[in-house]
Amino acid sequence: MSTPYAKLPAWADYGLIPVINLFVAFVVAGFVVLLVGENPFRAAVILVEGAFGRGTGIAFTLFYATTFIFSGLSVAVAAHCGLFNIGGEGQGYIAGLGIGVVCLAFDSVLPWWLTFPLAIIASAAMGALWALIPAYLQAKRGSHIVITTIMFNFIAASVMVYALVGFLKPASSMAPQTRTFLDGAQLPKLNWVIELFGAKIRSAPLNISFLLALVMAYLVWLLIWRTRLGYEMRTYGHSSKAARYAGISEIRIVIIAMMISGALAGMMALNPTMGDQHNVALDFVSGAGFVGIAVALMGRLHPVGIVLAAILFGMLYQGGAELAFEMPAISRDMIVIIQGLVILFAGALEHMFRPYIQALFASISPKAVGIEAVKGKGA
Amino acid sequence: MAQAAIELIGINKSFGAVRANRDINLEIVRGTIHGIVGENGAGKSTLMSILYGFYQADSGEIRVGGQPASIKTPNDAIALGIGMVHQHFMLVDNFSVLENVILGAESDALLKKSIAKARSELERLEREYGLEVDPDAIIEELPVGLQQRVEILKALYRGAEILILDEPTGVLTPAEADHLFRILKQLKEQGKTVVLITHKLREIMAITDTVSVMRQGTMVATRETKKTTVEELAELMVGRRVLLRVEKGEAEAGGVKLAVKNLTVKDSRGVTMVDDVSFDLRAGEIVGIAGVAGNGQSELLEAISGIRHAVSGSVMLDGRPIDLTGKADPGELRDRGLAHVPEDRHHVGLVLAFEENENSILGYHDDPRYLKGPLLNIEAIRNDAKDKITKYDIRPADCRLKTANFSGGNQQKIVLAREMEQDPGVLIVGQPTRGVDVGAIEFIHKRLIAMRDQGKAVLVVSVELDEIRSLSDRILVMFAGRIVGERGPEATEGELGLLMAGVEQREAAE
Repeated sequence: MSTPYAKLPAWADYGLIPVINLFVAFVVAGFVVLLVGENPFRAAVILVEGAFGRGTGIAFTLFYATTFIFSGLSVAVAAHCGLFNIGGEGQGYIAGLGIGVVCLAFDSVLPWWLTFPLAIIASAAMGALWALIPAYLQAKRGSHIVITTIMFNFIAASVMVYALVGFLKPASSMAPQTRTFLDGAQLPKLNWVIELFGAKIRSAPLNISFLLALVMAYLVWLLIWRTRLGYEMRTYGHSSKAARYAGISEIRIVIIAMMISGALAGMMALNPTMGDQHNVALDFVSGAGFVGIAVALMGRLHPVGIVLAAILFGMLYQGGAELAFEMPAISRDMIVIIQGLVILFAGALEHMFRPYIQALFASISPKAVGIEAVKGKGA
Repeated sequence: MAQAAIELIGINKSFGAVRANRDINLEIVRGTIHGIVGENGAGKSTLMSILYGFYQADSGEIRVGGQPASIKTPNDAIALGIGMVHQHFMLVDNFSVLENVILGAESDALLKKSIAKARSELERLEREYGLEVDPDAIIEELPVGLQQRVEILKALYRGAEILILDEPTGVLTPAEADHLFRILKQLKEQGKTVVLITHKLREIMAITDTVSVMRQGTMVATRETKKTTVEELAELMVGRRVLLRVEKGEAEAGGVKLAVKNLTVKDSRGVTMVDDVSFDLRAGEIVGIAGVAGNGQSELLEAISGIRHAVSGSVMLDGRPIDLTGKADPGELRDRGLAHVPEDRHHVGLVLAFEENENSILGYHDDPRYLKGPLLNIEAIRNDAKDKITKYDIRPADCRLKTANFSGGNQQKIVLAREMEQDPGVLIVGQPTRGVDVGAIEFIHKRLIAMRDQGKAVLVVSVELDEIRSLSDRILVMFAGRIVGERGPEATEGELGLLMAGVEQREAAE
């Protein structure tokens, strides 16, 4: 039979269940904190205050979230086409090459609002190109995309080391990074927006690429649910046989979906380079591509969910850094454990509490689960 | 008075907005064959799934042998002596018969002992019920009729006293079905209770003692089989009078629309599935291809519709060849007026996770009617879907509902509506009414005949002989990839049955 689960009202499905899952994740994380001899309640307060307590915290949280939105969208686009792109890390990293070249070439001659579009194009193109080869191998040769994309992460890392100790590095410098970008390649900060609400910000890297991320989230929604291409991608993602039947070319759709996914992954490089460090340095992606997988899963592959999940992970990053600082017993690794628990409960065990909640809803109000609705809707 | 093997009292079960079972009361007498008929979506399968522990009833009571029973998992059902033979077999293809029988019921940690024990037990079952199967045969090498026998053996090996069979004859030849019925009668004589779920009324009349009819989630009647008729049962199922055989006039065949010549198709392993097949399909006629499932009909359809690569031969559509290299664009064939209702609507014809309206454009999503610049014209798509829902009486009439939540018959109507409304010159249909209920069958048959009468060429592939005989103006019989005979619609079932079993061909060869 088709649906073993009764339908829940949308607010319970998309609101209540994730909140419960999150809550359980934090309870279990609390026990871990208890285990290392710290007070879990104080830890929770430090975490949340660190992320949202002060203006600077909020700005940092959103700064981290920006990168995660891009990488989450990248994973989601591929996933809608039935492809598991775990090469976001490499696609984002190699995009730094494009950004580096554009910024070094134009930062002295163009204002930021002209450099920025060029850098967007360069980063997206590099990311897309990096995804193209695995996509082609998958579509034409059946080489599994998970294997090829993860191998391309290593290739990207090597290429970037080569570039950063070679032609991207100023001749006189010992550090494997580009020179600092001039004003023409520095993105304006968005901290003033938060200050409008009365919060004080000392210095935080939140920048205009956050807005680009939100625009991309909207465009991804449009692509997936409102365009023919998105329709074809979803058809292929659900059933390759149905796609074949519908006249959708497997090769074409796999390559296009992966290139869009790669372009989005590439764009995540804009935030840490042009927005924060004002250079391209070794390892600037630092795992954000992989966090994107968790973000996409938690956000249920929907752009709205991805933005929310990205902010949650931004909070864990920012609040976690504060926590590691305030409670020396809690190391960075503990933060990773908490993140892991969130992924476990929100992603992998998503349906654990669902039957109970459904039973609860059914007993409180049969109407809420639609039992009476049949007369009106049917025949 | 005979004792009740199973009593169901006041069973209710809902899935979301759908009340699949409401206040079901049913008593099944020990040692009888009890038929349950009803349209698809009437709630038969749900009811049996509750009995077998796949689902929990929202309310109601189950009694087995007079005792209240709590059946939470299939294991509970098995412990109570209830066995089930599913419509889709639950067998491991590359295991032997013995291994499949003991799977999950191994009597010992060491496989060897379990197998030895099972072997002697199997021999006993074979003797008692006439269920001969080679215990060492590999499942995938057995014909479906024998695979089904293995399923029955599995249930009996687990000590089933009550055997539930869900649509057991869907994949069988008439001869295999007859054999199955003999086995079921033997089981009954040995005191077992058999519950037969089917939508084929003829089977009900032939074999059951009692029959219960379900409609829209309720149990509408229980009759002694001897005292009822096919017509009465059909009326009870649908709630109105139905024509079991659609009336149609003489075909007025026109010019050749589709010409298949010497078509040969091999599957991925290199086995010849379609062997030198030639036939013509003319405007204004329905050609039926009969045959037992797996004799190349599926591959023939796929080759014609450009999905599958053909080794040799040609197919001409309106005098122009169809690309048989497997690289044909099915979209282009649609533009040329070839519509295709695939056999496997779950994986090919539909995307079950999509909303109904999204499926109503599958394959036609390039049509400018459904586009607005670079975007899909959601409003046009939904309005179009609503029109089709009204025209084809698709229920529930909700174009935003997930396709998986429609019953089989309504899913098939979604596909048919999509393909027929494109006004194609040639319509090829695989298994038009597989898993579709009586009321919808009548509707679909009428539609197909209406297409014919409009001068369209219709090719129907079906494993249901009744359907082929009722629809076709010409019948081609396929066996082992070849067309072994052509008959008119007046051909008898026995005659076609022999052709389907390859008998005539073998005699000719000797």
